[in-house]
Amino acid sequence: MFRVELTKAWRRWRTYLVAVALGGIPVLIVLAVKLSPPTGAESQEAPPFLVQIVRNGLFAPLTGLAVIQPFFLPLAAGLFAGDAIAGEAQSGTLRYLLVRPVTRTRLVLAKYVAAMTLLGLLLLWVVGCGAFWGGVVFGFHPLPTLSGTTLSVVEASLRILAAAGYILLGVSGIVAIGVFVSTLTDSGPGATVATVILGIASEILDQIPNLRVIHPYLPTHGWLAFTDLFRFPVDWGAMRGGVIVSGAYTAVFLVAALAVFRRKDVVS
Amino acid sequence: MTALVTKGLTKRYGDVNVVDGLDLSVDRGELYGFLGPNGAGKTTTIRMALGLIFPSGGEVELLGTPVFGGGRDDALRRTGAMIEEPAFYRFLSGRRNLEVFARAGGDGEDVRRRLARIDEVLEQVGLSTAGDKRVKAYSQGMRQRLGIALALLGEPEMLVLDEPTNGLDPAGMREIRMLLRRLADGGTTVFVSSHLLAEVEAMCDRVGVLSRGRLVAEGPPGNLGGAAERLRIEVDDSPRAAAILRGIAGAEPSAPQGRTLRVRLDGATAAQVNAALVAAGVAVSALVPERESLEDVFMSLVEDAGVQG
Repeated sequence: MFRVELTKAWRRWRTYLVAVALGGIPVLIVLAVKLSPPTGAESQEAPPFLVQIVRNGLFAPLTGLAVIQPFFLPLAAGLFAGDAIAGEAQSGTLRYLLVRPVTRTRLVLAKYVAAMTLLGLLLLWVVGCGAFWGGVVFGFHPLPTLSGTTLSVVEASLRILAAAGYILLGVSGIVAIGVFVSTLTDSGPGATVATVILGIASEILDQIPNLRVIHPYLPTHGWLAFTDLFRFPVDWGAMRGGVIVSGAYTAVFLVAALAVFRRKDVVS
Repeated sequence: MTALVTKGLTKRYGDVNVVDGLDLSVDRGELYGFLGPNGAGKTTTIRMALGLIFPSGGEVELLGTPVFGGGRDDALRRTGAMIEEPAFYRFLSGRRNLEVFARAGGDGEDVRRRLARIDEVLEQVGLSTAGDKRVKAYSQGMRQRLGIALALLGEPEMLVLDEPTNGLDPAGMREIRMLLRRLADGGTTVFVSSHLLAEVEAMCDRVGVLSRGRLVAEGPPGNLGGAAERLRIEVDDSPRAAAILRGIAGAEPSAPQGRTLRVRLDGATAAQVNAALVAAGVAVSALVPERESLEDVFMSLVEDAGVQG
């Protein structure tokens, strides 16, 4: 079932549209920085790492990751996860999968793993596009860390991949929430929008100081901790917290999705 | 051996029993017509038989396996189904859709067997040339054919088809009916729901009539509800003929319409009727046996059930 999911995504325009849109972001950044290098004043408001791209192409994939994470990543997660069951229900194919038979448990798990795989491939694609254009335009140089030391190009590349990996783990909770929402409705776009809203709402709540008490429990709270990979020594504390929170959301919402879907009357 | 059995099967939505204590028994190799007006509970029954919705009460058994209570997967693998309208991935071709459903959720051997049958089933439903077109571009009739192809893909022992000829032209309907008849003659159990009387009358071995979730009649299409024989008689003097026939035990003439008279036979024979009329000097220009059509039976059954409900 998992392989079938990937085949379907592979033959779908939508997948390429998302890939082009997200892959285009680091490319746009590189071009923008090349054509009009940011001045000192502007760099205060710029996304993380942007200003440094001029000196080192390795910052392009990092900037790409940092730029897509807050908005485009929840969007893609909503698209793949929210649509997972609800989209099949809407098109009517759900009933044909279930009588094939694909067991309900297997369908939910396959949809989750497929959504995570697609997001992982998208993140790699963004890193790849950023690295390629950043390298071509600005070249690769050893990367300065936030602590003032430097990382070799190879070491820095590995850290960037690790950052992508951490970002993927970070979004896993939102993906599980999306799959859960997807079992509740027969409207693919509805479940997608609901998931995106939940993800962005979590990020907004995370910005409100008065709600500091709940911040550590928000699914998106640990997202920016990937920057800690570029310290010396690496500070694992925040990332560990992020992984634990994402893992908890994944477990709770996958169990909830299974509980709902295994007892659901499929009337779509 | 039974292919599908329901015992007291019930589905309640709010205060309404959409399926109400249904007892069905379909034998292996039989072509069973499940007849009823829209909203009678046909699709709900089919969905319960395939494990898509959970009954509020009663039991359902598919190919000898209880559908609720584990172990239904093997029975489903040996069953092909079309539930309401066919549904496909519109961005994929007909052939790719069959591939996707073949690969989904099967073990290796089952998948290989299905993949190897794709050309054959496309041919069977007359889609050989359209197999590589995207489903998006299919007409309703073509989608219907692809739905039947999907149901046939696993070489099923049991076919459950919900209104299979929907959206087909008369020639296409006939073609599908003949295909189903051939499959049933070859040993496949075929369970077809329909609201079209002519359709089940033309092909089924046995018909069950569903109304408001209950089975109101069941039997071979020829003598559902004990359909009586009827005669249409044309005579020169129909009021007089009616008077004569009223005197014969076991014949019930209806009010004459012009020169035509209809007689319901309940014990009397056509020969007796003819002899009595001729002996009385009535000129009989035609005497035609008429079977009460399934449509009449169906309408009266459904209306009776409606009055009771």
